[in-house]
Amino acid sequence: MTTLKVNGQTLETDAALDTPLLWVLRDHLGMTGTKFGCGKSLCGACTVHVEGSATRSCVTLLSTVVGKDIRTIEGLSKDRSHPVQRAWVELDVPQCGYCQSGQIMSATALLERTPNPTDAEIDSAMAGNICRCGTYPRIRAAIHRAAELIKTGGAA
Amino acid sequence: MSAAPGVIDRRRFLQASALAGGGLLIGITLTGCGKPADKAGAPGAGGQPNAWLKIAGDGAITIIIDKSEMGQGVYTALPMLIADELEVALTAVKVEFAPAAKEYANTLLGTQITGGSTSVREAWTKLRTAGAQARAMLLEAAAEQWKTDVAKLKLADGSVVGPGGEKLGFGELAAAAAKKTPPKDAKPKERAAYSLIGKAQPRLDTPSKVDGTAIYGIDVRLPGLKYAALAQSPTLGGKLKAVDSAAAEKLPGVVKVVTVGSGVAVVADHYWQARVARDALKITWDEGPNAALSNAAILAGLKAATGSGQSARKDGDVAAALKGAKRQLSSGYELPLLAHATMEPMNCTADARADGCDVYVGTQIQQVAQGAVATALGLKPEQVRIHTQMLGGGFGRRLEVDFIPAAAEASKAVGAPVQVIWSREDDMTHDAYRPPAYDVATAAFDTNNALSAVHLRLTSPSVTARMFPPVVEKNVDPFAVEAAANYLYDVPNVAVDYVRHEIGINVGYWRSVSHSLNCFVVESFMDELAHVAGKDPFEFRRALLEKQPRAKRVLEEVASRAGWGKAEPGHHQGIAVMEGYGTYIAQVADVSVSAGKLKVHRITCVVDCGQMVNPKIVESQISSAMVYGLSAALYGEITLVGGKVHQTNFDNYRVVRLNDAPELDVQLIDSSEAPGGVGEPGVAPVAPAIANAIFAATGQRIRALPFAAQKGLV
Repeated sequence: MTTLKVNGQTLETDAALDTPLLWVLRDHLGMTGTKFGCGKSLCGACTVHVEGSATRSCVTLLSTVVGKDIRTIEGLSKDRSHPVQRAWVELDVPQCGYCQSGQIMSATALLERTPNPTDAEIDSAMAGNICRCGTYPRIRAAIHRAAELIKTGGAA
Repeated sequence: MSAAPGVIDRRRFLQASALAGGGLLIGITLTGCGKPADKAGAPGAGGQPNAWLKIAGDGAITIIIDKSEMGQGVYTALPMLIADELEVALTAVKVEFAPAAKEYANTLLGTQITGGSTSVREAWTKLRTAGAQARAMLLEAAAEQWKTDVAKLKLADGSVVGPGGEKLGFGELAAAAAKKTPPKDAKPKERAAYSLIGKAQPRLDTPSKVDGTAIYGIDVRLPGLKYAALAQSPTLGGKLKAVDSAAAEKLPGVVKVVTVGSGVAVVADHYWQARVARDALKITWDEGPNAALSNAAILAGLKAATGSGQSARKDGDVAAALKGAKRQLSSGYELPLLAHATMEPMNCTADARADGCDVYVGTQIQQVAQGAVATALGLKPEQVRIHTQMLGGGFGRRLEVDFIPAAAEASKAVGAPVQVIWSREDDMTHDAYRPPAYDVATAAFDTNNALSAVHLRLTSPSVTARMFPPVVEKNVDPFAVEAAANYLYDVPNVAVDYVRHEIGINVGYWRSVSHSLNCFVVESFMDELAHVAGKDPFEFRRALLEKQPRAKRVLEEVASRAGWGKAEPGHHQGIAVMEGYGTYIAQVADVSVSAGKLKVHRITCVVDCGQMVNPKIVESQISSAMVYGLSAALYGEITLVGGKVHQTNFDNYRVVRLNDAPELDVQLIDSSEAPGGVGEPGVAPVAPAIANAIFAATGQRIRALPFAAQKGLV
């Protein structure tokens, strides 16, 4: 058994240590919000936070995250109240929605590091997340909107 | 796909019946085919009544949607059609996916299909009529109870309201309303009375898509679920010769290795175990007839086949006009195979038991999926229950059912529910690719320098001949000549021929189908003709669109909005216009080519799609389609080496990312024309608009896609 810290909870898994974190989350721990897209760190659908950094869980082995703080889309808020989720709802960003957990986790990591990102900073932080529905213009707008919400303490 | 009329000839009747607990159900029943009418409310294939609308005794309103939600917004737009008639807030309705049943057949396409940009067009009258009938029955029930006239009553917020403001909730009226006969003459509301239709509404599926709770096919979890990885022949069309699974079966978690119709499935307790074990299989494949297939061979075959075709349109006498021409121009265009590359790789979950099979899947084609599983397991179709899940992208890929039966076969073999998940590499290398094409366009100018003839000869394999053979008459696949047979420009002699040339591998419907092929040809060629005629490409088109007022209007508006002819220094513009799916669309691309490198700065798009249901979703769909079209135009190409697909993942099948997405400016025209489709048309004009802008910038005419194939350009 391996003990993991996910969304502030201590969880146990019998997954082999060389299993990618993505499949530990999805199959072993039943947390299906994190998505499988490419398996090669090319599309960003599986993005989670490890110690606050956006991390592609599809290429991150379980052995490397033992004892670290892992955050997934399920841990962002209990009620979609996180400013990034609020901005995403306000702008109706998702279409098929499959990539959006990863988009939101990448955007959240960006905003935690850079509370008021420029378009160039958004480009650089979000280039690893593919959306085949092409929701990019709304993703960009929603990141700016989330930045505003964070600045005003969520009051705006 | 556009609609293929005349495919379905059954008559449809709406019926009302009682729901358990005092509710009202509006269902559809079919007659015809020599069979007695099914009773509305009789259990359908999924154990559910074939319903569109349920009003429960407690007032809860459920709208059943027969289309799959793949991002295009049916989960919101279709309920709007009924909610508008019932005068209820969109947030007051619950939405359920329909099971597989003939009652849910798409009347424009003949079977249950989400495709062809038909969802709103097909539902427009059907669902509003269902809503109008429910409204009439609720009003009648209330009028009876109050002993008053229906004309004095109205609907508001889920109640019928009487003349003195008294209220009866829909739930209270449902049982009585269920006893009424749905009035045949119930008319949907007029445009001026719409409460929701035409107004931007938040999507009902957004909340579950920002917190990870939306359930896609890959997220289905059943008690005792096993997972499988599938090995398929690397050579397209190859077959299993022999498999040695001894090593794989010894690996941790492996339950069983099962030979299935599509290959070898490794079933394990967890997916990663199955994936690891798959690599330990020792398989010998019979490479089959495609062992030597390559792109060069496919293109050569298409070119060789282009001699004579079947006529898809013939106005006047093109041959005579060419003979008498003062000037002629002929150009050949090459279009590549393309993968769909949905974000959610193909997957399917099945629970096969002796008496039937439950299938949980993101599919665009429920009845065909049902049939495929029934055939694989030796069941009757009605023993297979399709539970449609959210689709992580469709784009036509999930019109195929190749990825579905393996889960059922594996489930049967291990006696437990099984989820088969394709890796990205499986998905990329085993798609039903967009057909490649070699198209020749020829034109004549007469002695007055007027465009007197246009001849389009389109050569490509046919998707429809494989999927819906009866639709392909005289070898003209109607879905292969879209955006060509409807050639919009006023030219006296027009001929469009289609040459069906199969290439040995399956080709599939790919978002916008042949619009994306033919619009590139037609609109690139129009630009060539404008250049030959010494005219501005916009003015040249406009002058030939006098008889096409809607096309002319979008063309003029896009030129005006994009500042046609006033590009900033160093930037160049290209224009394209199209009609498809009943929608008129025009785009202007603004690009620069600096030191040989292309940059697309902005694409302006004007759309007249007739009456809109939810303009916010229309805009999303148009810009979505533009990004999809841009990925294909810039980078999209599947290449075959020895019958194997070279591209495997997003590193070598590149798609547009946020940092290379240009500014998209989409303008929607308010219109009361019949609704047109919006999921697909936006794809098609992107490539020709950019190609025309590249020509404006460099004088280089690109007649083969993608642009990345031009050295150094992308």
